[in-house]
Amino acid sequence: MKSRIRSSNPSTAHATDSTEMSAIGTTDRTKEAFQELVRKELPSLYSLARRLVSDGAEDLVQEALLQGYRAFGSLKEEAAGGRWLKTILVNVFRDLLRKRARSVEEFAAGDFDDFSLYRTLVDQDPLPYSDSLHTDFLDAFGRDDLREVLMRMPEIYRAPLVLRYMDGFATKEIARLLDAPLGTILARLHRGRNLFERTMWAYAEETKLITMGDDDG
Amino acid sequence: MGETTAAIPCSEAVRQLWDYLDRAIAPEDREKVEHHLSFCRRCCGELEFAKEIRRFLSSGSSEEIPADVKARLERFVEEL
Repeated sequence: MKSRIRSSNPSTAHATDSTEMSAIGTTDRTKEAFQELVRKELPSLYSLARRLVSDGAEDLVQEALLQGYRAFGSLKEEAAGGRWLKTILVNVFRDLLRKRARSVEEFAAGDFDDFSLYRTLVDQDPLPYSDSLHTDFLDAFGRDDLREVLMRMPEIYRAPLVLRYMDGFATKEIARLLDAPLGTILARLHRGRNLFERTMWAYAEETKLITMGDDDG
Repeated sequence: MGETTAAIPCSEAVRQLWDYLDRAIAPEDREKVEHHLSFCRRCCGELEFAKEIRRFLSSGSSEEIPADVKARLERFVEEL
């Protein structure tokens, strides 16, 4: 199959000479089948990328598609194609983090253990006319608000939270994908959940998200 | 209260709620959390809210892809 390999960055993309795709077989899977899979899975792939990175989601997806195409022959079950592409995307994300080599300070255990969003809402009662305070609080968050909250969290806490609770990956699989010990992922999930609740509260206060309903006086 | 079930404070029960929902805690810890929930109304509220937050998170997992981004990525695959 004649193929072109492009840079994953559109701004620097340039076609190389037509290059034979040989090594990791696309021979038993057609390009058309890959295109069909991509068409079906693009929304969820892009969605996941947008939750993992604040900028560069499209580049992340593009690199995942390139790697997916190269390895398409290794996909065993058609039905697992979506999940398979997602794992490739998470691998690309992990490599991206490594390249950035930005050290993120781990929060110490117990830093957020004393925070409870449930209790904070009861104590602060930001929606005094609400009969279902906690549900109404969550309902105030739109899709963009949720993303903003996630983006305010350090990646090491955000990624496990997103993969576990938004994309349904098992904890062991997350540890494997992010190449971290299971205990580390469990600890980050725990702190990530606390941080998520704390960040939701801070965001709601800062943006006046939770006082908007109280406009009649 | 069962003879072997040690009581835990609210802070400990709340700390374990998500792991409890994930079925990611040891059976003896699960038993302690359940025992605590059997008499603590506030922690039952915490539990229900934890479930709601999980639903809220999973409901935010689908997002539309902008048409221009979709077109660019599909073109990228076509040109592979």
